[in-house]
Amino acid sequence: MSRAESLTHLDRLEAESIHIFREVIAECDKPVMLYSIGKDSAVMLHLAVKAFYPATPPFPLLHVDTTWKFRAMYEFRDAVAKRLGLELIVYVNQEGLARGINPFTHGSRLHTDVMKTQALRQALDAHGFDAAFGGARRDEEKSRAKERIFSFRSAQHRWDPRQQRPELWSLYNARHRPGESVRVFPLSNWTELDVWQYIWRENIAIVPLYLAAPRPVVERDGALIMVDDERLPLREGERPVLKKVRFRTLGCYPLTGAIESNADTVEGVIAEMLAARTSEREGRVIDRDTAGSMEIKKLEGYF
Amino acid sequence: MARRPGAAVVRDVGAYLKAHDHMSLLRFITCGSVDDGKSTLIGRLLYESKAIFDDQLAALDEDTKRFGTRGAELDLALLVDGLTAEREQGITIDVAYRYFATPKRKFIVADTPGHEQYTRNMVTGASNADLAVILVDARKGVLTQTRRHSYLARLLGISQVVLAVNKMDLVGYGRAVFEGVVAEYRAFGAQIALTEITPIPISAVYGDNVTRHGANMPWFAGPTLIEHLESVEVEARLAAQPFRLPVQWVNRPNGDFRGFCGRIVSGSVRPGDRVRILPAGREASIARIVTADGDLEAAVAGQSVTLTLGSEIDVGRGDVIAAADAAPQVASQFEATLVWLADEPMLQGRAYLMKAGARTVSATVTPLKHKINVNTLEHTAAERLELNDIGVCELELDQPIAFEPYEENRALGGFILIDRISNGTVGAGLIHFALRRSQNVHWQALDVDKKLRARQKGQRACVLWLTGLSGAGKSTIANRIEKQLAAEGRHTYLLDGDNVRHGLNKDLGFAAQDRVENIRRVAEVARLMVDAGLIVLVSFISPFRAERRMARALFEPGEFFEVFVDTPLPVAEGRDTKGLYRKARRGELKNFTGIDSPYETPERPEIRIDTTRLSAEEAAALVMSQLKAAGVTGPA
Repeated sequence: MSRAESLTHLDRLEAESIHIFREVIAECDKPVMLYSIGKDSAVMLHLAVKAFYPATPPFPLLHVDTTWKFRAMYEFRDAVAKRLGLELIVYVNQEGLARGINPFTHGSRLHTDVMKTQALRQALDAHGFDAAFGGARRDEEKSRAKERIFSFRSAQHRWDPRQQRPELWSLYNARHRPGESVRVFPLSNWTELDVWQYIWRENIAIVPLYLAAPRPVVERDGALIMVDDERLPLREGERPVLKKVRFRTLGCYPLTGAIESNADTVEGVIAEMLAARTSEREGRVIDRDTAGSMEIKKLEGYF
Repeated sequence: MARRPGAAVVRDVGAYLKAHDHMSLLRFITCGSVDDGKSTLIGRLLYESKAIFDDQLAALDEDTKRFGTRGAELDLALLVDGLTAEREQGITIDVAYRYFATPKRKFIVADTPGHEQYTRNMVTGASNADLAVILVDARKGVLTQTRRHSYLARLLGISQVVLAVNKMDLVGYGRAVFEGVVAEYRAFGAQIALTEITPIPISAVYGDNVTRHGANMPWFAGPTLIEHLESVEVEARLAAQPFRLPVQWVNRPNGDFRGFCGRIVSGSVRPGDRVRILPAGREASIARIVTADGDLEAAVAGQSVTLTLGSEIDVGRGDVIAAADAAPQVASQFEATLVWLADEPMLQGRAYLMKAGARTVSATVTPLKHKINVNTLEHTAAERLELNDIGVCELELDQPIAFEPYEENRALGGFILIDRISNGTVGAGLIHFALRRSQNVHWQALDVDKKLRARQKGQRACVLWLTGLSGAGKSTIANRIEKQLAAEGRHTYLLDGDNVRHGLNKDLGFAAQDRVENIRRVAEVARLMVDAGLIVLVSFISPFRAERRMARALFEPGEFFEVFVDTPLPVAEGRDTKGLYRKARRGELKNFTGIDSPYETPERPEIRIDTTRLSAEEAAALVMSQLKAAGVTGPA
């Protein structure tokens, strides 16, 4: 390694994340990685592969599926798990499914609560996972700035700000009683730009939706919503038009706004981002519900 | 997974990315109180480095109207206040991390607030920082809190400090004011061996000398804050030290590969290097440095790697792989500084879990030498440490570890203490040096052992630990059991709480730390007696789970019988055979168990005696039958 004498910021972030992965494997009984198929999950998984090479990462992937993801995400997810030889657990809140919970009739908030927050809790309980890796970053949102790397959750999955443990040096305390768990965020210190630079540097595969291509969209409440399948009820006067768009974040397709863009390469995305004047969560409808809404969701057990 | 080849670079974004691939990282901490303008300064840094997006600015505009303290002006401080609860209270709690970058460096800022939880938060933030920015209000100069911040930064090993003299706009940008503050600060810095001080006069509100010089202070020729942060040199020291890697995990994908994973905490390593594995002390040489991107020819401090060794030797999590010709020391007793982080106080004699590097051991504070007043730096005698207290203590581990003084290496000298019951992180510590006394007292191996002594007496040695409230009936029951054992010809001894307090423990009172020491001594005496082959009865209130667990840990599996003499408080108080409850209720007895000191019920006692249903005679019979079932008492 010629640059060994001076590690770059990406080298340091990578080394820190790998250290975090290994601590969890050494100290917890049954870890799982929450795999959301997005770019942060892609980076997190890439780091996990590095942390345990030549072994395969010693934990399964868990996808909490709302059933409303983009089709391209499902294809990508299955291909990744197959390529890496990892167990993929797909969990759907069956009760929510039976009740027909969807983002149109029930609104983004209820949909997210039932199909994501509650589903995640059910999935963790059903499998008895005591540690779950998540791709959240501290720079994403104000309430995340104080989140620990090892975030302690009660047996009811609640996040109590007063019960969080001080984290000094690189000494993480993962000890917990039966039923309690930790959520671990190996990308805590990464920014959105770091993630993209690393994707570029390491040539990490991402869902094609991150790159601009002509896609059918409708303009709704100021956002461009992609018509990914026939389940999107069109409102009066809405006609899908083909626009060259990409996505800065990927969630449920009816809740995720696209942006018009010509960036059809990773370099192009980074170039646009350097000039960007809006933060990445802006495209997410769920965060806008109330000020501090992320904080409230987190108290309830959302990632 | 191969890296994108450099040739695949397009347009000027490619050039940008290549340049940024060489960007370094600086972690710093900002210290100041609510009024020093700390949040405004961080908001300013984020704003000027364009880490703030339009939608966040729009939200800020809205927030300014709702919470702002600066009238209609954009309140940059609101950019960095996090949780809804604290925004509405107008204070910040805990440590928040902020991120921004310039073309030269990426920065991670630990933002710690200046109110009463200060020490805990600041120590946490400082533990990973390379540099501290100490904010001082130009109008107020060096305050008590400035000294406190500086002392804590220094304690945590930060040697580089920026003295940011803020609010220069409120003192007419006067040079004399600035120089006065600097002189005063340098004088104080010398007292705590803080010499690398870079003073910068700034106005966080208007931006002077933060990212640009501006026209208001032409007399200041030094760098702006951001120029200094971009250029300050901080990393070289660790890379130049001898090689050390704490092993986190052993990677064994198949029978042919055994790799030792960890992050290099100092120095560098190459295949062929001789290394020593500590604490065991065996030597080997490095065969390969394995990564997913291919084997490396060398690796340096900061990198996470997987090492394989040239010979098969036993290496596990927590071991330290170190340069063979410059290996760190190994010891089990230390002098250390402790910072207490929990609401429940630190008690001398209680066993905590200590996590240092990748190893977790048991550690006991014995004794606490003194407490440090962070405002005056005075030393005062103390029995315990409360939340946010700092003290110097001696620490005794149940096994040796490899270490280095914190001043030389944070990663091998810093540790956390974990409470065994709550699992919370309750303390942070910095190792200073090993105590020599442990190396001079050698364990004597004896030919006649516990088994032989017990066999001579026709029994198996054990301890019956009777715990329960005062007046629960422990002594009465213990007395009956001992009589029955004696009648069977067993060799016994009864340690009674009251009796021992007349002799061995007459120097101890009833405060929590004394109770801990009381139990520690009795447990040790009981251990000696078990070693002598006796059946030992201990009749002690022993109210805390942690100490009963500590006592249990002294014995081998199957030797320790926790006997819970379960008498509800109203029943015990109703009996009040010694009149103690009446005294305690009148306030004449302090720290009385059940009244103003807690009794922690045993979770899984070997034997539980419900005294509301069993007489003392029946209770003794129950214990005797259990001892027989456990094989302690064979046929007489």
